[in-house]
Amino acid sequence: MATWTWFHRLGSPPHVYGFARRWTPWFGGAAAVCMVVALYGGLVLAPEDYQQKDAFRMVYVHAPAAWLSLMIYTTMAVAAAVGLIWRMKVAHAAAAACAPVGAWFTVAALGTGMLWGKPMWGAYWVWDPRLTSELVLLFLYLGYMGLRSGIEDSSKADKASAVLAVVGVINVPIIKFSVEWWNSLHQTPTVMKMGKPTMDTAMLWPLLLMFLAFALYFAAVLLIRLRAELLRRERNASWVREVVS
Amino acid sequence: MKTPALEVARLVAARDLRLAFRKPSQLLQPLMFFMIVATLFPLTLTPEMSRLRDAAPGVLWVGALLSSLLALEFLFRDDAQDGTLEQFALSGQSLTWMLFAKTCVHWMLSGLPLALSAPIAAAMLGVPAAAMWSVVASLALGGFALSLVGAVTAGLTLGARRGGVLLSLLTLPLAVPILVFGAAATGRAISGDDIAGPMYYLGAIAVLGVTLAPLAAAAAVRIGLE
Amino acid sequence: MLSVAGLHLWRGERHVLRGVSFDAAAGECVLLTGRNGAGKTTLLRAIAGLLDPEEGQVNWRERPARSTRDEFHSQLAYLGHEPALKGDLTGCENLRFSVGIRRTVSAGEIDAALVRTGAKDFADRPVRTLSAGQRRRVALAGVMLAGASLWLLDEPTTNLDADGQQLVATLIDEQLARAGIVVAAVHHSMSLARGTVRQLDLGAR
Repeated sequence: MATWTWFHRLGSPPHVYGFARRWTPWFGGAAAVCMVVALYGGLVLAPEDYQQKDAFRMVYVHAPAAWLSLMIYTTMAVAAAVGLIWRMKVAHAAAAACAPVGAWFTVAALGTGMLWGKPMWGAYWVWDPRLTSELVLLFLYLGYMGLRSGIEDSSKADKASAVLAVVGVINVPIIKFSVEWWNSLHQTPTVMKMGKPTMDTAMLWPLLLMFLAFALYFAAVLLIRLRAELLRRERNASWVREVVS
Repeated sequence: MKTPALEVARLVAARDLRLAFRKPSQLLQPLMFFMIVATLFPLTLTPEMSRLRDAAPGVLWVGALLSSLLALEFLFRDDAQDGTLEQFALSGQSLTWMLFAKTCVHWMLSGLPLALSAPIAAAMLGVPAAAMWSVVASLALGGFALSLVGAVTAGLTLGARRGGVLLSLLTLPLAVPILVFGAAATGRAISGDDIAGPMYYLGAIAVLGVTLAPLAAAAAVRIGLE
Repeated sequence: MLSVAGLHLWRGERHVLRGVSFDAAAGECVLLTGRNGAGKTTLLRAIAGLLDPEEGQVNWRERPARSTRDEFHSQLAYLGHEPALKGDLTGCENLRFSVGIRRTVSAGEIDAALVRTGAKDFADRPVRTLSAGQRRRVALAGVMLAGASLWLLDEPTTNLDADGQQLVATLIDEQLARAGIVVAAVHHSMSLARGTVRQLDLGAR
């Protein structure tokens, strides 16, 4: 059946390698274009916010970075689950490739959150539910990468970290819920909402475009890392020798 | 005749209990650790009872969490080292069920004693006597949930180098919801409010844990035995 | 009844099992030979389902062992390199557990098996006080009691005196007479009274 051949090709390292090599420049180029347009839209075109003036523009990097950090964790967990259930090496390689990228996006979300906090609340760190969840998510990423590096045998490391990723992805909504519940208990006088201010269309479209730009960027970087992972894992295979020569 | 499931659970529990009571010092260590941690906070914060009372939920729960991380070491480690964990995997019985039985016994030997002796630490932190039952109940339920989560991470770190540190790094983020709701319950008990809300959430997490954690732990253990 | 086909397994970088295949019918014994590191233990663990081969298939009674895992395991007794016994429990307590989780077994049956393997005298001492040979005798009693059609034995005669080695041969004979199958990793060939004995040399690949 056509769907099964597609699925089988997805599991073949040389085929995926070729696909990644061909498509990386397209994803990268599209990401660059979207990013430039979105930045122009967000930094120049969008009117300043009533309350936060220009400081709100941080949202154009902070929010998409946070969304990506979550999306990448989910992607990683799905890839890991596919690798575990259908025993596909390529899926495990993809999960391994996702982790550092996701971790960096989390760091970016935390960093931009802290930079946003300084002009708004006078403090670099606030226990805002989103920032707190991002911090816990960073620990989840670091734990995943730590488990991978802590197990010598690479196929054992793949499977163990896959179970961890699946357990983690089920926990993420629970963690977010508990952190928001905790935050709502301790409502301080100043409303510590770092979410986007109410937005009109002129402010909204650059945000969504930036999200798309980050997603395309993630795809490009993932494909590059995936190629490196596949080359490393399959280094004794004949197709690698052909590619490298 | 193949042994029925309930009998399997009874045998696993009996074995673990018997083993634990032949090395009783191992049981006391996590408990002593908890007491020491509870003592450190007044030394580092303040001897004023009123301020300690504010910090009490945090101190009790962080102490309980750290102590349970220590206790998790003896869930699988001995069995993995002498090869008896393989017996579980090769018995033809449900590994999920057997690990659930092991986890329950582990809680009875670590989380439950800690909850029952928490009033001592709580009294040192200025917690009023009226709140003690709630403190015990919240720590007992939370400890059970922690044991379940810990079973998964202990299984995952079976084959890893420096498993102890890694175990803590993996378990802490996953324990955040348990800590949040547990500490909230303890905090409300101290100020005399109703603890039903956070206890229900804690209970929901425990139920979710009971259904999913032993499965994940069994998968992790089989991977670790490879 | 047991069929192994084209098993390939890597441990890290090493290609340990290279297309191992063999069949074993009821009453047959397969002896695995080869130098250290040839893959004897790996093959036994792969058949038992403790290791996942990259390629190949293990079939038990015509069905894949992986998909009928629990059923397969209930008909399998595995004796590893180190006898799997808890040091703090006595031999008797160990057997009551390890056999008890598989099938209902009476104290009388356990006693009889311990007498048979010459372990009765020290069966009530904690296992950590026993010598390696004594532990192996307790473990052999466990294999006898498991009621399994397939025995996977990893160097079963290690640490045993001449009597003990004869005991192992006799136990294997009895298993084969019951229409069971034995796959054993050994360093030297064993003289067995009956049953078809085949040798599979893992080094010669």
